[in-house]
Amino acid sequence: MHSIRPKKTMRIDSKTARWVNAWLLLLPAAVLMVAFTHFPIVGGFFASFFSTARQGRPSKFVGLDNYSYMLNDPVFWQVLGNNFLYAMGTIPLSVGLALLMAVWVNGRLFGRAVVRTAYFTPTILPMIAVANIWLFFYTPQIGLLDKIRGLFGLASHSWLGDPGTALACLMVLAVWKDAGFFMIFYLAALQGISPELEEAAVIEGAGRWYFFRRVTLPLLMPTTLFVVVNATINSFKLVDHIFILTKGGPDNASSLLLYYIYEVAFGFWDTAYASTLTVVLLAILGGLAVTQFAYLEKRVHYQ
Amino acid sequence: MKQMWIRVLCGVALAVILGGTAAQAAVELNMYYPVAVGGPITKVIDDMIAEFEKANPGIKVKAVYAGNYDDTRVKALAAVKANQPVQLSVLFSIDLFELMDQDAIVPFDEVATSAEDKQWLSSFYPSLMQNSKAKGKIWGVPFQRSTIVMYYNKDAFKEAGLDPNKPPVTWQEMAEMAQKLTKKDASGNVTRWGVQIPSTGYAYWMFQALCIQNGLELMNQDGDQTYFDKPEVVEALQYWRDLAAKYKVMPEGTIDWGTLRQKFLEGATAIMWHTTGNLTAVREGAKFDFGVSMLPASKRRGSPTGGGNFYIFKNASAEERKASLKFIQFMTSPELSARWSMATGYVATSPAAYKTATLEKYVADFPAAAVARDQFQYSVAELAVHENARVKKFLDDAIQSVLTGAKSPKDALGGAQQQAERLLKPYR
Amino acid sequence: MIRGVDWGQRLEMAAAWFLAFLWAAPLLYATWAAFHPMDFVSRFDLTAALTLDNFRAAWKVAPFARYFLNTFMLVCMTLAGQLVLCTLAAYSFARFEFPGKNIAFILVLIQIMIMPDVLIVQNYLTTSKLGLVDTILGIGLPYMGSAFGIFLLRQAFKQVPKELEDAARVEGAGWLSILLKVYVPLARPTYLAYGLVSVSYHWNNFLWPVVITNSTTTRPLTVGLSIFGAPESGVNFSVISAGTLLAVSPLLIAFLLFQRQFVQSFMRSGIK
Repeated sequence: MHSIRPKKTMRIDSKTARWVNAWLLLLPAAVLMVAFTHFPIVGGFFASFFSTARQGRPSKFVGLDNYSYMLNDPVFWQVLGNNFLYAMGTIPLSVGLALLMAVWVNGRLFGRAVVRTAYFTPTILPMIAVANIWLFFYTPQIGLLDKIRGLFGLASHSWLGDPGTALACLMVLAVWKDAGFFMIFYLAALQGISPELEEAAVIEGAGRWYFFRRVTLPLLMPTTLFVVVNATINSFKLVDHIFILTKGGPDNASSLLLYYIYEVAFGFWDTAYASTLTVVLLAILGGLAVTQFAYLEKRVHYQ
Repeated sequence: MKQMWIRVLCGVALAVILGGTAAQAAVELNMYYPVAVGGPITKVIDDMIAEFEKANPGIKVKAVYAGNYDDTRVKALAAVKANQPVQLSVLFSIDLFELMDQDAIVPFDEVATSAEDKQWLSSFYPSLMQNSKAKGKIWGVPFQRSTIVMYYNKDAFKEAGLDPNKPPVTWQEMAEMAQKLTKKDASGNVTRWGVQIPSTGYAYWMFQALCIQNGLELMNQDGDQTYFDKPEVVEALQYWRDLAAKYKVMPEGTIDWGTLRQKFLEGATAIMWHTTGNLTAVREGAKFDFGVSMLPASKRRGSPTGGGNFYIFKNASAEERKASLKFIQFMTSPELSARWSMATGYVATSPAAYKTATLEKYVADFPAAAVARDQFQYSVAELAVHENARVKKFLDDAIQSVLTGAKSPKDALGGAQQQAERLLKPYR
Repeated sequence: MIRGVDWGQRLEMAAAWFLAFLWAAPLLYATWAAFHPMDFVSRFDLTAALTLDNFRAAWKVAPFARYFLNTFMLVCMTLAGQLVLCTLAAYSFARFEFPGKNIAFILVLIQIMIMPDVLIVQNYLTTSKLGLVDTILGIGLPYMGSAFGIFLLRQAFKQVPKELEDAARVEGAGWLSILLKVYVPLARPTYLAYGLVSVSYHWNNFLWPVVITNSTTTRPLTVGLSIFGAPESGVNFSVISAGTLLAVSPLLIAFLLFQRQFVQSFMRSGIK
């Protein structure tokens, strides 16, 4: 809140004129935002109570039919389960690795700049492009992974064709892609911790690990929270690699919720059911939003 | 107001984007086409179109490569639904009912009306026209059509002590030969598999071959009834599963459609089932002697026909429909069909094409080029039902769940049948 | 120094470098494959002859020039729209009091969590009604009212001392010239940060573009690459690697040259 000191020019502007002015400034962005974010959220919710129009069968109100279809749809449960597995697998790994990377890069490391570049580079590459490269790693028999395993006398394996490993393959790629991105936030936070603190601790006789655990880690808590929320959103939002690597197969073993939505909407043209699935996705993201805002609010208080 | 502003902006942007291609008096046709096999396919298509445009200065054709068959259907339908100018496309032969349900296409009977046109429509192989007919009309014209054939590595056959000129003709024989062809290294790991049948992308297509061979088709002609849970079908899937589980001649898990050709070329599998559309790419890439044969039989031989047909969309104006017809007639003429077949391996779509001098000579030098055509005598229409994309996915999922050992054939297929049943009932 | 500590550090350094190697490996490997004939795809013979054939082949197989142009136009158009719209909105939030401000701001925050990326179904229908399917504007439009941009710029504008604005006002400057002459120059680091993040994001974005584009004249690089690299197309891996490198090279080179700016931008954009 700031107050406006009365000035000549100010007096001419009536209060209402300032309101109008403010809203006019806001309007163009607001229109687009409402049209492509808020309207589709609400519209999708409504659409989930109607059937998809087909030739000779116009769209009609069906109540909760789409929801009961969803609850009985084994693929829905599978992709939802996959998505949670995927989140559980990628988040701790990518966040943990990010922290490790940040500590290394922040310390006295030979060739630090090169190492940091290596860690961060995957972040700026398109998922589609890197999936193309990784596809060849995973290809059974002739792919790089199997060739390397062959050197150690291990049998070839159908990495993307085995429901036990397909999702894990996607997870490895996601961790590889994201860890470097999260690293920079830890790096920024670490650089904010004064070096005297560690020096003092060392004089006190505290070991490096002890200091890290008792001082550094708690100080990094806000960053961790921020990174974890972002990692969670990513795990529900980023499905590009599925298009290249598995198309969700085998038998939906590596499909995620958003990919299934894409399939239902644009493969089967069942927009009503796709909207129903989107409602679930939004509910999950909404839950995360509440967490995030609670956290943001806390930070605002500190400012 | 807002919308108008957006439209104006869009117009400006479009003008910028389209740049020099100002509207001319010429008819402009837009089409989508898929590629599912190796080789410089887009280049071949572009050359054929350039030739057509040269011969028909009044017509411009813009062909857009849109990925595999599924991607292409998605894109073409999206364009139709958004009222974008798209007048014709090469789409999956089996998308027929889906396209009809979406009210997207017109029957050729309405466009090809002259006596000459009628004769042209009857010039194709009847087995390729099975997928084009519904409700007593012809909706599609065969273009890049195929059957599944068996590619085998003759060098591997020799190495295993088998006669390289006698590929397996029955299921039993294929399993036995494959056992001999499967090679292991010192530590017991397989370095070459006996046989691989791809199970991603077009799993249901491969499966249909097995079912036909086992004596049953998977759906009825009207496209509103499937027979997934019949014993013959269950048995067919059991055989497919057994190749990995019992005979140990095929790797566990699903096998990728796209990379299989590469694996065959690198000697990682002695036999592969694949579309004949890959023939030319295999021929160019193979560093060993390879053979091509019809698929083996259980109760009978058989393969579904597959591949892409030309369709004409409803949005096209009368003039555009005429131009489209002209273009399609050009692309399916015996000469072009012959050339297309040689460039890819797809079957030429009419007997007349095989009588052209060039293709006749080509087949004489390279008999493998005629295997797919010769298989027509055993072939059957590919799976086509209403809600095809979804029903196909039910079946694909069931197949994959069996091949990965998650479910028994009976359970998986029973489930798929139930799901398909629920979807197809309203169409009966 | 105690010997034990020294060893621990060496081990750590080795681990750090090993991880760096793992992280760099895919890109290095793609580079190897792209510059060698297919035979050397999984044979690492350092004496193998280098070749540019794969790049030539990739360039011939797919209309990369067109894809580059599309992506370039998309990125520029989107960024231009974002900068203008977000600047105006952020200014409004930072320096005006008006009824509904809090609600409006909450609506902005919602978009930070729920981006248009997950609303493909309804947004497709909307874009279709606007007649913008398969246009570059159609790809960029949903992102132009960027909550993220508004949020960042609002923060930056709030840091601008009020006295500067008052001084300009005394000299008779209107709101637009105050915005352009006082606020925008002072928020330059934020603009740079946001610009880099936006460009990288839209250069790499895939799901929405693949939904909304239908033809060569609109497809951005990522969509073109996904079709080009599809294994069905039977393009061999060397050529796919070459095409992939082509597609990522502009951004990659920019990143390697201006690494500090990139890292700082990403950092700044994350710490709200």
